[in-house]
Amino acid sequence: MSSLSLAARDSSTMLRRNLLHARRYPSLTLNLLLTPIMLLLLFVYVFGDTMSAGIGGGGADRAEYIAYLVPGLLLMTIGSTVIGTAVSVATDMTEGIIARFRTMAIHRGSVLVGHVVGSVLQSVMSVVLVGAVAVAIGFRSTGAGVLEWFAAFGLLVLFALALTWIAVGMGLVSPNAEAASNNAMPLILLPLLSSAFVPVDAMPGWLQPIAEYQPFTPAIETLRGLLLGSQIGHNGWLAVAWCLGLAVLGYLWSTSTFNRDPK
Amino acid sequence: MTNLAIAANGLRKSYGDKVVLDGVDLAVPEGTVFSLLGPNGAGKTTAVKILSTLISPDRGCGEIRVGGHDLAADAQAVRAAIGVTGQFSAVDGLITGEENMLLMADLHHLSKREGHRRAAELLERFDLTDAAKKPASTYSGGMKRRLDLAMTLVGNPRIIFLDEPTTGLDPRSRHNMWQIIRELVCDGVTVFLTTQYLQEADELADRIAVLNDGKIAAEGTAEELKRLIPGGHVKLRFEDPAAYGRAAAALRETVRDEQALTLQIPSDGTQRELRAILDRLDSAGIEADTLTVHTPDLDDVFFALTGGAGVPHQAKEALR
Repeated sequence: MSSLSLAARDSSTMLRRNLLHARRYPSLTLNLLLTPIMLLLLFVYVFGDTMSAGIGGGGADRAEYIAYLVPGLLLMTIGSTVIGTAVSVATDMTEGIIARFRTMAIHRGSVLVGHVVGSVLQSVMSVVLVGAVAVAIGFRSTGAGVLEWFAAFGLLVLFALALTWIAVGMGLVSPNAEAASNNAMPLILLPLLSSAFVPVDAMPGWLQPIAEYQPFTPAIETLRGLLLGSQIGHNGWLAVAWCLGLAVLGYLWSTSTFNRDPK
Repeated sequence: MTNLAIAANGLRKSYGDKVVLDGVDLAVPEGTVFSLLGPNGAGKTTAVKILSTLISPDRGCGEIRVGGHDLAADAQAVRAAIGVTGQFSAVDGLITGEENMLLMADLHHLSKREGHRRAAELLERFDLTDAAKKPASTYSGGMKRRLDLAMTLVGNPRIIFLDEPTTGLDPRSRHNMWQIIRELVCDGVTVFLTTQYLQEADELADRIAVLNDGKIAAEGTAEELKRLIPGGHVKLRFEDPAAYGRAAAALRETVRDEQALTLQIPSDGTQRELRAILDRLDSAGIEADTLTVHTPDLDDVFFALTGGAGVPHQAKEALR
């Protein structure tokens, strides 16, 4: 068997193992899914009237705020899902089965690839679920054609891939599940300092550059543009660059950490 | 038996200042059981981790060949030849025993049908069929160890590393495991076994190396090792205190036990020495009620070689 098909076969075996874990023990995934859904409901129904007053020069109603909020929350859902990835990678590494995999004649990277593909699939599923809740409370896209929908989907997958590789690296360097959960915390805190909830212009001046150029904001603005027809501008390229950069960085970090001698 | 399954020269590994393995030479012929015996912290597990490609040895250590392949140059070929069952269960606790077996079958690229057949056959052989549909995390210690070994056997490895396979098992599970290991050897598999139980090495191993402080303190068959160590003696027991008294006077260099009416005379157990003792007793006209010859057991060897000489007998018992 060629090394490529060996890699594909072993990776799909590892993916099946990870999906089996997720199916048997869905509580972690569901718990992490609660965070973005709670935030969505909280910001729309509790803070919604006040928050919407600050959007679009005042006078925006609740429906407009839902539209503003949803793209950011969809990306935050990914941030939340990959915390689960960091935790499950860290937990997995403490198990004897990983030592067994390392002494078997299998494609070495397949353990990580299984986690990454599994996590991206989970992220997509979570985004679909949160999206469904958003639609249920009144979110509608405006002016998005087939092309825009495909682009939006592609962006979400790419963003999930990038954050997942980073989360896998965080999981690998964490000695246990608690540490992994703490290390991955920025992935869900970062959206709070982005344009997800309020426009960057409304933030204090010193924070604006950070908020504007951190990975979430360009991705949120791009998604907003695709789904709602707002101006994308340079955010599209910025978002793609961030995703590719983080994915490559996370990949290199994770594989070099995994290939090191275990303790 | 000229082919070596495992050959290592000057195996070395240190973590910072701490030297774990300090130049260990190993030569294990194909189809034999080799036991690395040593106390906790002697470096047994580190040796297994290196030989099974889990960690790399220090630079500058000699060539290591496992299954005929160079460990440094072709680790993947080594991995294809070996199976490892570690000290801590290498099973996936979140999925069932059967799923664990099928996972191994997939990773060995068996066809679906062949994989199912092999899994069912091994689960049956290791008495796990009833528990096959339960999550492995619910298994008892002995069951986990059996599943662990069954998973190792899915790939039909020619060389199996067993790192303390019976540590923490109850006596029945331990004897089960021994039986399983003996059957493996009948199939021509080479077994590299680490253990801290002397009895286990004595029961199973063709050759034993005693590892202490990262060095091989002695190597040989169990019999050869026992011969290395003094500690053999002849024990005479008397019913009649008068006979005991006369014997004690007639024989010098005895260890006396007045209460039990026994005498211990140091002896290597050879016919010549026995005859000398009997001649003495005959010429004094004394007859002992029982005579036993004690040859040193592996416990004696172990304590003598690992610096625990003079440890009272109770401590040895507690170790078992």
